[in-house]
Amino acid sequence: MKELIKQLTQIPGPSGYESAIRETIREIIKPYVRETRVDAMGNLIAQVGTKAPGGMRVMVAAHMDEIGLIVSHIEKKGLVRFSNLGGVLPRYLAGGRVVFLNGTRGVINSDRHDEVSKIQPISQFFIDIGAISEKDCPVKIGDLAVFDREFLDLGKRVSSKALDDRCGCALMIETIQRVKQSPHELLFVFCTQEEVGSRGATTAAYQLDADLGIALDVTPVGDILGVKMQVNLGEGPAIKVRDVGHIADPAVVNWMVRTARELKVPHQLEVLDVGSTDARAMQISRGGMPSGALSIPCRYVHSPSEMIDMDDYAHALTLLTGLLSREIKLEKK
Amino acid sequence: MNQIESFLHELLSAPGVAGFEGPVCEIIRKRWEPLTDEIHISRVGSLHALRRSSIPGKRPSLMIAAHMDAIGLMVKDIRDGLIWITSMGGVDPRILPGQLVTIHGAREYTGVVQMLPDRLVKHQPAGGAPGYSQLFVDTGLSANEIQANIHIGDVISFASAPTTLGDKYLSGHSLDNRASVAALTVCLEEIKDYRLQWDLWAVATVQEEVRTVGAHTSTFELKPDVGIAVDVTFAQEPGLSTYETFPLGKGVTIGSGGNIHPALHRELKDRAEEIDLPYSIETMPKGSGTDAMAMQISSAGVPTLVIGIPLRYMHTPYEMVALKDIHRAGRLLARFITTLTSGSLESLFKGGAA
Amino acid sequence: MNENRVKISRPQLKLLEKLSNAVGVSGNEDEVRQIVIEEIRPLVDEYRVDRMGNLLAIKHTKTADAARVMFAAHMDEVGFMLVQADTEGCYAFEAVGGIDERQLLAKPVLVGKDHLPGVIGSKPVHLTSPAERAKVTPLGQLRIDLSPGCAGKASVGDYATFATRFWRSGDSLFGKALDDRLGVATLIELARLNPGTAEVLFAFTVQEELGLRGARVAAYDFEPDMAFVVDSTPAFDLPLDESEDENVLYNCRLGAGPAIYLADAGTISDPRLIQFLTRIAEDCGIPYQFRQPGGGGTDAGAIHITRGGVPSVSVSVPGRYAHSPILHARLSDWKNTLALLYQALEKADRSILNADR
Repeated sequence: MKELIKQLTQIPGPSGYESAIRETIREIIKPYVRETRVDAMGNLIAQVGTKAPGGMRVMVAAHMDEIGLIVSHIEKKGLVRFSNLGGVLPRYLAGGRVVFLNGTRGVINSDRHDEVSKIQPISQFFIDIGAISEKDCPVKIGDLAVFDREFLDLGKRVSSKALDDRCGCALMIETIQRVKQSPHELLFVFCTQEEVGSRGATTAAYQLDADLGIALDVTPVGDILGVKMQVNLGEGPAIKVRDVGHIADPAVVNWMVRTARELKVPHQLEVLDVGSTDARAMQISRGGMPSGALSIPCRYVHSPSEMIDMDDYAHALTLLTGLLSREIKLEKK
Repeated sequence: MNQIESFLHELLSAPGVAGFEGPVCEIIRKRWEPLTDEIHISRVGSLHALRRSSIPGKRPSLMIAAHMDAIGLMVKDIRDGLIWITSMGGVDPRILPGQLVTIHGAREYTGVVQMLPDRLVKHQPAGGAPGYSQLFVDTGLSANEIQANIHIGDVISFASAPTTLGDKYLSGHSLDNRASVAALTVCLEEIKDYRLQWDLWAVATVQEEVRTVGAHTSTFELKPDVGIAVDVTFAQEPGLSTYETFPLGKGVTIGSGGNIHPALHRELKDRAEEIDLPYSIETMPKGSGTDAMAMQISSAGVPTLVIGIPLRYMHTPYEMVALKDIHRAGRLLARFITTLTSGSLESLFKGGAA
Repeated sequence: MNENRVKISRPQLKLLEKLSNAVGVSGNEDEVRQIVIEEIRPLVDEYRVDRMGNLLAIKHTKTADAARVMFAAHMDEVGFMLVQADTEGCYAFEAVGGIDERQLLAKPVLVGKDHLPGVIGSKPVHLTSPAERAKVTPLGQLRIDLSPGCAGKASVGDYATFATRFWRSGDSLFGKALDDRLGVATLIELARLNPGTAEVLFAFTVQEELGLRGARVAAYDFEPDMAFVVDSTPAFDLPLDESEDENVLYNCRLGAGPAIYLADAGTISDPRLIQFLTRIAEDCGIPYQFRQPGGGGTDAGAIHITRGGVPSVSVSVPGRYAHSPILHARLSDWKNTLALLYQALEKADRSILNADR
C-alpha cells in the first residue's frame, strides 16, 4: 500500500499535464482490466466486468492531477514568475522547492514586503532556479512545475505532496486488483483537471453515461486546526453528505453507510463548507447521475506536505471493494 | 380557503430542503397526477409531468418549471449536547437566533436555533452579528438521545407554520418557490379541458438553491423547444424599494435580458395584455438567477422565459406573497400555452433570436 | 505563397470599422449578427441562427474524412441596460458584462435600436469637494441623460453602449468593442480565404461577456474535433506606478503578434494545439507571443468541456484598455493573427490529435 502511494505521489502531474502519471497508472493496471483508453481531455478510462442482471453501470473517479505552477514570465535577472494551476495557497510557498517537468529544480521566495504578518499574493512570489539572466534560464513561459517534496513514512501515517489525490488513485488501483466478482460494469476513471474545476470528470461523465457515480478524493480535517470540523484523521474514511458544490444523493449516502456497518468498517460522515470533488460534475451530467463521494481524511490539504492515516486508507479500500462487489440497492432512509 | 390556498398550506407544511425534496415532491405528484397524462421522477429527483398534445405525430414541446427545493440548514457537528449547523442555500445567519426548526433525524425533532452569549465568543467584539460558528440548535434532548437519533448530515427545515394574513396574503417558509409550484398547478387546472397543440412538461425541479441541478438535468432529458421558469422575485418591502423590487399583489413580472428570448418575451407580453393581466418588466442585465439560466444553455440551446411572483423577505421562514399574484402567474402560463399552435414554433424563430 | 493570400487592406478595414461601430451588447447582438450574415452568406455553404442567437456557419470540404475544425469569436460587447426611468429623459442603468466604474463619468452613449444619443453625466468640478473627488462614483448614482425632450423615448430594458467611432492611425486601430469584433472580422476573412482542406465550422457567439453562454451550445451543436477561439486580450504593457521595476504582469504586448493562450481561469489549452500553432508560426516566420497564464478567459472555457471534450486553444489580438470606451489594437497584430490562423486552418487534420494529450 505505502509503496504504491509513494510511487504515485512522486510523479509530477499538474492539471492539464497528466501524461507521466497516466502512463505509470496505465502500466500498473494493464494486467487487471479488459481495456484502457484515453479520451480527448486526457482521462484514463478502464473497464472492469460487465453488467449482470440487477447490476449497474458505475463510474468511479479519482483525479490524477495535482496543483501546480505555470511560468508566466522570466525576468531579465533570471527570476521566474508564475501563476497557479488549481488552489495553490501563498502561505505554503516561501522557502519551498519545486521541480519542473523538464527536471529543472528551483526554490520559491517573494518580493520584499514591509508588512511581515500579511501574506502576499502569488504574483509577488518567484522561483529562483539559479540562473543569472533571462538568456541563461532553462525554463520558459508556459513551463509547468509541482512541489518538490519526498514521501515520508511516519509509520501509521504518511506525508507527501500530491496525496490529493494520488491516494485516491492508489485506492482505485488496489480496488481494480481486488474486485473479483461484481455484478456491475465498473468504469474506473483516472480524471484530469479536477483541481481547476472537475473538467476531466465533466467530459468523462458525459461519455460514459453511467447509472451511478462515486468520486474518491481527500477531505480536509479539523482535528488539530482549532476549527470546528467533524472529520478527524484516523477515524475511518468519510462518507460525503455534502460539500460546497455537491449534495450527495441521499440514497447513495445511505447505501455507503449501510455497507460500512455491515462490513464493520469505521467511518465518518462529512459535511464540508470548502471545496468539492468530481462527484459534482457527475451529478449534473446529461439527465443527472445519482452520485456520492468517499473521502480519505487528510491534514494540510494543498500544502507540499499533506498527511493521511494508513488505517483510514485500508478501511476505505475494504469499504470500496465491498461496495462494488455486491448488488447495489439505492433507497432513501 | 380556496383549492390553491389549501394546497399551498399543505405544500408549506412539508419539508423539502435542497437535495432532500422527497416529501414535498410526493405532495406535488399527488396533486398533478389527475391533471396530467404521464408522470415520472428524474434520476436526481425532479418531478416530470406530461400533458400530451392532441395533435398526432411530431409536435413541439414546452417545459414549464418551478423549483420545489427550499433553503434550510444541515447538521454539521454534534458537540456538548448541541447541534451545530451550516446553511443549505443562502441563509443570512442574522435571522436565525430564536427560530423554531425541525431536525429530520431518526424522526422529527423540534429545536430552537440560538447563539453563544457574547462572553463566550473569543474572536469577536461583544454585540456583533452572529456567524454560523456561534449558532446551534438546542433540542432539549440528552446527549445519548441525540447520539442515537441525530447524525451529521441530517437536514433541518424551518418550523414556521403557513399563515394567511389579512386580505389573501400568505406567510410561511419555502414560499420561494412553492408559490410558483402553486402557479403551475393553477395553470394545469386552467388548461385541463383544453386540447393542446404542444406537448407540455410541467416540472418541479430540485436543487435550484444550490446549483440548478434539476434544471440542468431535466432540460437535458426532456429536450423542450421552449422553456419557462417561474420563480419568485423581490417585492417592495419596508426599506427596500429599488428598480429590483416590484409591488406586492400588483401583478407578475416578465423578465427581460440575455437569459430571455426576445421574440418569446414579446409574445408573453401580448398574452398578458390580451387578458388584462397586470405585469411589470423585470430587467435582468446579468442573468435571471433562476432555473432558466441552466435551461437556456442545455444541449444546443433552449429559448427561455422567466415569470416572476413578487415576494417579501426572501430566504427567511416568514416570506410573504399575494395569492392574487400566484393566480395571475398561473393564468398567464395557461394563456400562453393555450394560444400556441403547431405553427408557432416556425413563426417564433424564423428570424433566429431576433 | 499562402502568406500572400492573407491581406488586410481597405475592404477589411471598412468591415472592421462597421463592426466596431455597430451596437451589440450581450443578449442583444442582432445588429452585429445582421452585418455578419450579409458578409458570410456568399462565403459559406450553410448558415443558421440557433435558439440562443449564435450565428453558425459551415463551409464543407471535398476531402474525405476531414477534420471538423471550429473557429469561434464572440459578437457581443460589454455595455449597459436601462433599468429605471428617472426625471426628464434620464435613466438609471446597470452594466452588462464587466465594466470599470471609473471609465463611465462624462461619456457619450448610444441607446436602443435607434441609437439615440445620450451622455452619462458628471457633476461640475466646482460643486464637488476634494473628498468627493477622491472617491469613485458608484454606478448606481450615475444616469444616462437623453435630454429633457426625450422622456419616454427609451424604455426600461433597452440596451446602451459607448458612442465611440472607429479610427485608424498608422498601425494603430482605435474603437469600441474591438473585443471581440477583431475576432469576428478574422473569422469572416478565414471564410473568404478558406483553403478547403477541412470541414470548417464558424461560430459567431453571443453572451460571451455574460459567462461564455453562447459558445457552450454552439460547441454542443457542432461537435467539432478541435476548436480555435479568436478573441482580444488586454495588453498591460505599460510602465509601473512610481517604480523602475520590471513589469512582470503585462499579460501581453502590443505589436508582438498574436497572443497564444497557455492557461487561463477557464481553460488549460490543449498542449498539442499549442505546439501545432507555435510550429506553424516558426515555420512561416509569423511573430507570436504567449499570453501570460493567469485569470480571465475566453469561449474556450465552455467549448472544451462540451460533450466528451473538445481539444481547444485560444488566440487573441492584443488590445489596450479592454472594456473601456476605446480599445487600442495594432493592425500588424491583427494581420499576423489572421496569417497564423489561416495556416492553422490549412494544416489542421486529425493527426494532430493522434498522440494522447
